[in-house]
Amino acid sequence: MNDIFGRLTIDAFKHDPIENGAGIGIAITGFIILGLLFYYRGWKYLWNEWLTSLDPKRIGMMYLFMATLMLFKGLVDASMMRAQQALAVGDSMGYLAPPHFQQIFSAHGTTMIFFVGMGMVFGLLNLIVPLQIGARDVAFPFLNSLSFWLFLVGAFLLNISLVVGKFSATGWLAYPPLSGNEYHPGVGVDYWIWSVQISGIGSLLSGINFLVTILKMRCPGMTLMKMPLFTWAALNSMVLVLFAFPILTATVLMLTLDRTLGMHFFTADYGGNPMMYINLIWAWGHPEVYILILPAFGIYSEVVATFSHKRLFGYTSMVWALASITFLSFIVWLHHFFTMGAGANVNAFFGIMTMLIAVPTGVKVFNWLFTMFRGRIYFARPMLWFLGFILVFTSGGMTGVLMSVPSADFQTHNSLFLIAHFHSMVIGGVLFGLFAGLSYWFPKFIGFKLNERLGRYAFWCWIVGFFVAFMPLYALGLMGATRRLNHYEAATGWHPLFMLAALGVVFIICGGLLQVLQIIIGVRQRRQNRILGDPWNGRTLEWSTPSPPPFYNFAIIPEVHERDPFWEAKHRHLPEKKQTYHDIHMPKNTPMGMYIAAFALVFSFAIIWYIHWLTIVGLIGIIACAIIRLSDDDIDYYVPAAEVERIENQIATRIKHA
Amino acid sequence: MTTPTTLEHDHHAEAERYDKTIFGFWIYLMTDCIVFATFFAAYAVLHNNTFGGPSSRDLFSLPFALSETLILLTSSFTCGLAMLAAHRKEKAKVMALFGVTFLLGLSFLGLELTEFSHLVHEGNSWQRSAFLSSFFSLVGCHGLHITCGLFWMFVMMAHVSIRGLTASTLRRLTCLSLFWHFLDVIWVLIFTIVYLMGVK
Repeated sequence: MNDIFGRLTIDAFKHDPIENGAGIGIAITGFIILGLLFYYRGWKYLWNEWLTSLDPKRIGMMYLFMATLMLFKGLVDASMMRAQQALAVGDSMGYLAPPHFQQIFSAHGTTMIFFVGMGMVFGLLNLIVPLQIGARDVAFPFLNSLSFWLFLVGAFLLNISLVVGKFSATGWLAYPPLSGNEYHPGVGVDYWIWSVQISGIGSLLSGINFLVTILKMRCPGMTLMKMPLFTWAALNSMVLVLFAFPILTATVLMLTLDRTLGMHFFTADYGGNPMMYINLIWAWGHPEVYILILPAFGIYSEVVATFSHKRLFGYTSMVWALASITFLSFIVWLHHFFTMGAGANVNAFFGIMTMLIAVPTGVKVFNWLFTMFRGRIYFARPMLWFLGFILVFTSGGMTGVLMSVPSADFQTHNSLFLIAHFHSMVIGGVLFGLFAGLSYWFPKFIGFKLNERLGRYAFWCWIVGFFVAFMPLYALGLMGATRRLNHYEAATGWHPLFMLAALGVVFIICGGLLQVLQIIIGVRQRRQNRILGDPWNGRTLEWSTPSPPPFYNFAIIPEVHERDPFWEAKHRHLPEKKQTYHDIHMPKNTPMGMYIAAFALVFSFAIIWYIHWLTIVGLIGIIACAIIRLSDDDIDYYVPAAEVERIENQIATRIKHA
Repeated sequence: MTTPTTLEHDHHAEAERYDKTIFGFWIYLMTDCIVFATFFAAYAVLHNNTFGGPSSRDLFSLPFALSETLILLTSSFTCGLAMLAAHRKEKAKVMALFGVTFLLGLSFLGLELTEFSHLVHEGNSWQRSAFLSSFFSLVGCHGLHITCGLFWMFVMMAHVSIRGLTASTLRRLTCLSLFWHFLDVIWVLIFTIVYLMGVK
């Protein structure tokens, strides 16, 4: 009987009250969503239009929806940690037991990087890249859907661990030997491993997909040097994905082999080498932060040019800056562990390379500022996020350069100073960028603008909250506070600063809630805020389509002669050509990606709990589904020219009446 | 301008798909190459960490590894011949040559598993030392790829026999042959780094 469930016993469901609360909260949310679906009978719509859809615009929206949910989960984790650190001083031990606290910081990092950062990046890539290059779809529509569902399974595994068993307590990168079987038995690290592995494979497939899309599917006339900068940034980011994610796959696989088959890659005895893991994981991990930031850089380039009503300053240097960052990001990984003892010369090399990265980044910052110079700047929300970014990112960048000096890094290594630095980069850089992108492009896909005033309030909450929450951490770090502390002595004098940091989180949460409110109010007031195709006086091809764009994006594939093609077209007042429509080749919807991912979920859940028969079921399911799908030749159809004409006329009437 | 017929449509769509798929598959192979590179790196770091156990010099036999190599190289050759036949639409030849490739691949896998079971039975399993962990993983990762390739080849032979050499079958066969040649290249590296340099 025991064998049937592996090591899954009733104990896996027993938790302390706080964890139970979280689990019950998730269950209730799930039931509410299911209930609403039954109530509104939305199943068929959901299934046909969303879950089985291969339309990148739909898939992109689903990515963004999931990433938003995960953002709130990560925010809850963060506020629990800040509350613990505000309380647990001196005699008080706070409200979180150490093992639970450790799970929370591990889950926070994993959630934010893998499921918020990556989710939002791939969401925006799906929405924007095909439109910007004048394409109707991505290169491999089915693979795209599979990537999304694998991403979802990764997120799902992370959340199941709240209810069944526990999560890893070894930090977001699970350093061995702590994460080995000897020091961390049980399912926690295995949940981390499979959550990261499955979503990582999804990211890798997406990387292949978008690289081929950008290189092979640009519309006629769009040479590489005429591509919009967001697409350039996406291309560079995908190159990084292709070089970095296989390292993650292999490294996490080695850790799996250590844990499940008793191998000795990273164990402390039998000749294993834990330091190799640190090297390998950061050979992925450092490029990973650039995978996240490069698309954000691309967004800023679009936003600044549009809202300054000027051509982007220094396009060529922007492209080369992206390329040099892409290259340099692979030769700086060792700066994450200067203290490990690689020796002075090695540290010096990596320190200098790290400082070098500041140069192309500086080029980009100055180019953005020069774009604004003498432009007619319109301070809409995306522009606010950009200005916030400049402030936060530059200050965070300077502390980064400070830490790139190995001898200085010995002082700040693993301190809260480091935490403050990289949160400046990922919140101020990546997240603000994604928010800028969302507020910039959202109207394109939903057909109306969101409430401007609430958006501004949200921005101010975020930026004030950011400074209140993270500036004290710089000071705390210099005072000697290390990361991942769940208790400290009153004599340290840290308490007031921790209280201040906790207050900052309150502001940030208000910002997040205001953004949700903004969406709710926006949907309710959608009639007043309807837009046509081009609400911001845009410059690139995506703004030439109606909002929301039809499922085939372009009835007639555009032809491009220069950069900012839509801007040029608007200002030249070209006479309208007589349009002749042709049949459009589109992929058919399929649930197969979802099925494969579902079996991947079964497979990884079974491995985590040692349920051997179920592992085999999952594996066979994956293989069977893959064979069925890959043998299927009936995967596409043609939209007849007459149907295209009907849809286009419908859109034209809608625009006339608006 | 006349409206293109469905046949022309399909022809155009298939040509485009062929182009994208082959390019995408090349990119995939390069990422797989990095997976192998990571395992090679781990082997390079760990191959002297025998923890008092046997080293590569004690365990590996060159003639055995050479016979594995020759079998795999031959299978790559027959795979290439099969693809030439496929482009000439000679169905029977394609089936026969992929059949030979399949059998050669299977015997390679058999030899590899023989070597593994031999090592395990002598008490030199992957749990013995970090060196053996990295050896089993590197060579085993290649073996796993070969297994996938054999599965795939089996499915593709079924396709060819049922559907004939259609455009989509040809596209898939091209990917399969790229995969098979790629595994050959990886094996040459394994043979050089693990076996040739290991018994020295």
